[in-house]
Amino acid sequence: MAETTHLAVLGAGPGGYAAAFYAADMGMQVALIDEEKNPGGVCLYRGCIPSKALLHVAKVIDEAKHAGNWGVTFAEPALDIDKLRGFKQGVVDKLTAGVGSVAKLRKVKYIQGRATLTGPRSMKIAGAGADTKEGRQGLPAETELGFEHLILATGSHPTRIPTLSLDSPRMMDSTTGLELPDVPTSLLVIGGGYIGLELGTVYATLGSKVSVVEMTPGLLPGADRDLVGVLEKRLKGLFANIMLSTKVVKVAEEKNGIRVTFEGDVAEKEQVFDRVLVAVGRRPNSKIPGLETTQVTVNAQGFIETDPQRRTAEPSIFAIGDVAGEPMLAHKASHEARVAVEAIAGHKAVFEPQAIPAVVFTDPEIAWCGLTEAQAQAEGIEVEVAKFPWGALGRAITIDRPDGLTKLVLEPKTGRILGVGVAGSGAGELIAEGVLAIEMGATAEDLKLVIHPHPTLSETLMESAEVFFGQSTHVYKPKRK
Amino acid sequence: MTEFKVPELGENVAGGDVMRVLVNVGDTVAKDQPVLELETDKATIEVPSNVAGTVKEVRVKKGDKIKVGAVVLTLDDASTGLGAGNGAAAAAAPPKLAPAKAGAPELKAPEHKVLPMPSRAPQEPPASQAAAPAPARPQAPAPAPDAREVVPASPAVRRLAREIGIQVNEVTGTGPGGRISQDDVKEHARRILTSPSTALGTGGGRATRVLPDFEKWGGVERQPVSNIRRVTAEHLGYAWNTIPHVTQFDKADVTALDALRKQYKDQVAKAGGNLTVTAMLVRILATAVKQFPQFNASIDTERGELIFKKYVNVGVAVDTDRGLLVPVIRDADQKNISQISIEIQQAAEKARDRKLTLEEMTGGGITISNLGGIGGTYFTPIVNWPEVAILGVSRGATEPVWKDGTFEPRQMLPLSLSYDHRVIDGADAMRFLRWVVEAIEQPFLLSLIG
Repeated sequence: MAETTHLAVLGAGPGGYAAAFYAADMGMQVALIDEEKNPGGVCLYRGCIPSKALLHVAKVIDEAKHAGNWGVTFAEPALDIDKLRGFKQGVVDKLTAGVGSVAKLRKVKYIQGRATLTGPRSMKIAGAGADTKEGRQGLPAETELGFEHLILATGSHPTRIPTLSLDSPRMMDSTTGLELPDVPTSLLVIGGGYIGLELGTVYATLGSKVSVVEMTPGLLPGADRDLVGVLEKRLKGLFANIMLSTKVVKVAEEKNGIRVTFEGDVAEKEQVFDRVLVAVGRRPNSKIPGLETTQVTVNAQGFIETDPQRRTAEPSIFAIGDVAGEPMLAHKASHEARVAVEAIAGHKAVFEPQAIPAVVFTDPEIAWCGLTEAQAQAEGIEVEVAKFPWGALGRAITIDRPDGLTKLVLEPKTGRILGVGVAGSGAGELIAEGVLAIEMGATAEDLKLVIHPHPTLSETLMESAEVFFGQSTHVYKPKRK
Repeated sequence: MTEFKVPELGENVAGGDVMRVLVNVGDTVAKDQPVLELETDKATIEVPSNVAGTVKEVRVKKGDKIKVGAVVLTLDDASTGLGAGNGAAAAAAPPKLAPAKAGAPELKAPEHKVLPMPSRAPQEPPASQAAAPAPARPQAPAPAPDAREVVPASPAVRRLAREIGIQVNEVTGTGPGGRISQDDVKEHARRILTSPSTALGTGGGRATRVLPDFEKWGGVERQPVSNIRRVTAEHLGYAWNTIPHVTQFDKADVTALDALRKQYKDQVAKAGGNLTVTAMLVRILATAVKQFPQFNASIDTERGELIFKKYVNVGVAVDTDRGLLVPVIRDADQKNISQISIEIQQAAEKARDRKLTLEEMTGGGITISNLGGIGGTYFTPIVNWPEVAILGVSRGATEPVWKDGTFEPRQMLPLSLSYDHRVIDGADAMRFLRWVVEAIEQPFLLSLIG
């Protein structure tokens, strides 16, 4: 007879495992199904975590190089790529095993296998081999699982473009790029979004000659241009070439590499690269086997359609994370996980964040949340923008990183903080304060009146609030009236 | 630079005459914004742009005959950031065609104009999903998503509001920049629960306004509203907001009636009643509503029907130390004045002793409210919904009345009739009131037709 559970969660990424754990904490009986040995998903296995481990290494290399400016010169770094790969893998293993053991402690039944839905309240799981509770003791090759509720958290995969698909080990996507097969002499990154820039930074710092090609006129589409400008200045030194408003129309393998044909704003229309990394975005994994046995609907972009509680058109089924819509970010998924679980528990929770932070872990980092200046402009929302350049900040100068900018997007009348943007070293950590400020409905005055520790980069938030009033201590910019 | 060409307009439509160009050079055009009014041989249509940008050049003018594919405008691109490909991929839906009426003269074409559906932002689908099929087992309905607007309230405050069923964007925030605190939400909830629009029902769900701080001007004392007061407020608030009231006034000569009253007062007293003008008026009203049945009716707006009652129950407003109560004299048309006097006497005593049951206070068809014992000339009583009329009685006074060439001192009784103008016309109301006046002045009429 088929086993049944209160809640089944399909996909064990940061959305899925957060949902499973929270549901278990609330007293539900939970099964978590994923093809990997441990929970973690793309984020832990092939995304946020391994890329950040590599970016950390890149940062150390870069700082060591810069130390020459401060009178400390290190030898050229010697690269042991196996060991580097090992470090990265160690980080991944440690985290995924950790999450796996936490699942066990919470008595979440982790099932390694591939699920096929057989209706709104049941699924088959093929290749089920591991049950974390009893260890890897033989479950049948195919099990059936009944559930009262299901959360679909199947995530996303790198977008594949047919014209750029070439069956060659020289062609990489973010997944293979993170495996760090080698440090190619030359690398072309297709896509100037955050994935391309982060991986490009890693490879460039490790010694590759990196070129980036982006179809639109700017890097990081969606982010405010002044923030991107801070990064772009530095990337121009790090990357061999940044080609904007340029399309790749053809890739072909040759003996010495991949011949790439460009179209657009570029002098050399054909160039040969050792390797090519395609990072043109991600697509939701909504082609879930057996989904047609339910009433779940998928929109034109391939996202599963949900209501604000993340309930799909099938009342027993919820969807969260990348598969349920943009932005495809781990922290959005984990938040949705809590909303969905609370909805299942009968609470009136809905997904209604006022700010979802986005962080690009390049060097310098770029982070923003809430309303961007560009968005305000596009939607005709009247805002006032207060900016604080880091060149005036003690902490930024002591770390020799005056290349930074903190900005607030404010409602002109009340000074309420609608958006925050930071470009600079450690922007990803600083943005959390901005998110809190927006969610709490804080005003520039609040931010100005909160004592920030000195000397830290967090002072830039306070100072930019002071700029709004024309009273910044370190920037003389009287308010025009 | 982008060009906007006449898109496919529909089956067998090759082009048309330009009726109007809706944009000028320098205008910013959004995708799906109508830019051209085109008269085809089937209908006049507004043609929406399938591209966005600033108009650089208008290549057509009024009266031009243009074909599908002709360049209408050239635009400077609006930078769209993501650049998901060429504009061609995002071709606008073809404009809708309204079929021309068969044989309709061509000049009439503009009448069949059909506006293109406004395009919606892509964030919309989740909202419609909210109305998705009901869950298999009963569950709290998915709370409606708050509007896209950013509300200055913390996540915990927003959650509190949602859990107690408050629309957080309706709460007035007292913090800096209008920030909404937990206390603001609770205060808002409390106000809704106790505001006149609900508990103290002025009805109509009108927005209540915040009271000023009265203590600024001196000491105040706050007292809880009693149950009777609350019910009265609710009831009268509803009646006042629901019924279009009209009040008409008249005077009745009660000299003869009062003489009769005095003559038989003791007799009725022996039977345990108090022969009052009110008791006599109850009997008169009972007879009156039989002559004018629409005064003993109710209106069912839901079903669009008038309900005529085949019984005559008359309510009598009684002033007690606890507030206003309205006991009902049943089948008043079948009782004599003595019986009615006794019943009113008993009801008044019960009311004062708090023994009046709800049953004894419901089912009235028309009400009488006599304030004459206290004073006043006229007033405008509120109809006791679901009834449709109420007779207000003020203090009678001796007045000089011109009669047969001389002034005579007569006892005159001021009467105020309020009624529901949805059910009763002004002329009928006056006829009714005149009938009552005559019945008072000619007590024999009661015996004659009552």
